[in-house]
Amino acid sequence: MSPFRPRRGWVVAFSLLAALMLSLVPIPTWATLARPEWVMLVLIYWCLALPHRIGIGTAWGMGLLMDAATGTLLGQHALAFALVAYITLNLYMRIRLFTLWQQALSILALVFIEQMLVLWITGMTHQIPWRWGYLLPTLTSMLLWPPIYLVLRNLRRTLRVT
Amino acid sequence: MVKAAITPEQMKPLFARGPYTTLRLLVFVLLALALMTFDHRQHRLDSVRQALSLLIYPVQYSVDLPFRVSAWIADSFSSHTHLLRENAELRSESLVQGAQLHKLNSLENENARLRELLQSSAKVGKQTRVAELLAVDLDPFRREVIINKGSVHGVVPGLPLIDAHGLMGQIIHVSPVSSIALLITDPSHAVPVQVERNGLRTLVIGTGISDRLDIPYVPTDADIQVGDLLVTSGLGGRFPPDYPVAKVVSVEHDPGLTFAMIRAEPTARMEHNREVLLVLSGPAQAEPAQPAVLPGDTPAAKVTSP
Repeated sequence: MSPFRPRRGWVVAFSLLAALMLSLVPIPTWATLARPEWVMLVLIYWCLALPHRIGIGTAWGMGLLMDAATGTLLGQHALAFALVAYITLNLYMRIRLFTLWQQALSILALVFIEQMLVLWITGMTHQIPWRWGYLLPTLTSMLLWPPIYLVLRNLRRTLRVT
Repeated sequence: MVKAAITPEQMKPLFARGPYTTLRLLVFVLLALALMTFDHRQHRLDSVRQALSLLIYPVQYSVDLPFRVSAWIADSFSSHTHLLRENAELRSESLVQGAQLHKLNSLENENARLRELLQSSAKVGKQTRVAELLAVDLDPFRREVIINKGSVHGVVPGLPLIDAHGLMGQIIHVSPVSSIALLITDPSHAVPVQVERNGLRTLVIGTGISDRLDIPYVPTDADIQVGDLLVTSGLGGRFPPDYPVAKVVSVEHDPGLTFAMIRAEPTARMEHNREVLLVLSGPAQAEPAQPAVLPGDTPAAKVTSP
């Protein structure tokens, strides 16, 4: 039995890069509030699928890139992503067994935590008028979980990412 | 997550992270907190931010690329008649502007003469530089844009950003090849302005909505009307004076309140521009001692009060 060796990390990197680009693509102003948390979703998927490789460190790094790309306070998304990755790593065995819609519900909770953290930090450092619309990304992220999950799982299986 | 056939190579360690997950989280959380504190309180992380921006610039550029290409295609395939029409329009516009420029020249000469008589120093002409916006969405909670000019092109934090119709915002972060500008519609942005008609000085504050600005500190009995043009007053030294900022769209007097409720809309075409102008010279650049914009409070409001 050969020892475990991680393979095809570029698939993970590529999907994360694609997610980052999706969170930067310009969309109409009315839709910006509802933009799903692409990077967070892809990170959660890889934390569930490859918890021995993708975890708090990767999430933190992606968060930092996200901060630099969107011009937010450095460390803001890093903190939120790292915390959600930690929760996911602790629950991945359970979440894996859920049906797709049960999974989507746990995604709702996870993205809600991430959004709240980001909103708290933004609220502490800037003046932002509260709108209920700020909770929209949580909903859209939940709705997008099933397709993202299926696509990434397909990718992982056909390319045998480990 | 059911595996069809598990080869030994695919076998993963049973436990994800071992006993150190919590410790790792703690370390990374502390690191993030330290970063945020330094970034927010002291602006010590500009070099880190610059390095990261440089790293992320290819991503932003490639996001922008399809839009650039489609604009280019639309340009190269636009019809002959369309081009002719556009050409004619531009020609007539340039004629009108040329005439106005002549008038302006003579006025400027006259102005200089009068200033000499008054023995006050003449204003230096403003240098501008054209920059292009990148079609990249930033933080949805804030009104910011990213432009394709950076410190290599002489951009420094605090430079005003304008378009042909008025003031758009100011630069807040600079990296070597790109920079981020805060728009005047951001809730944390304030511009010292005066009413062009009568010189009444006040502040214009962003609301976070792209076509609305607030003017919160005007007493109910002050002379300000719907349709008034607000121009930068130049107080505070960050923005050059007499650039149009906004037009008043509604004035409400509530006798129970100290201040009138006044709404204005920016004259700059915030959502429609691709090319913008950076005003390079000016008092803001001559005084590097002025602090950079502190996120969290209204930058201009600190310097001057209405």
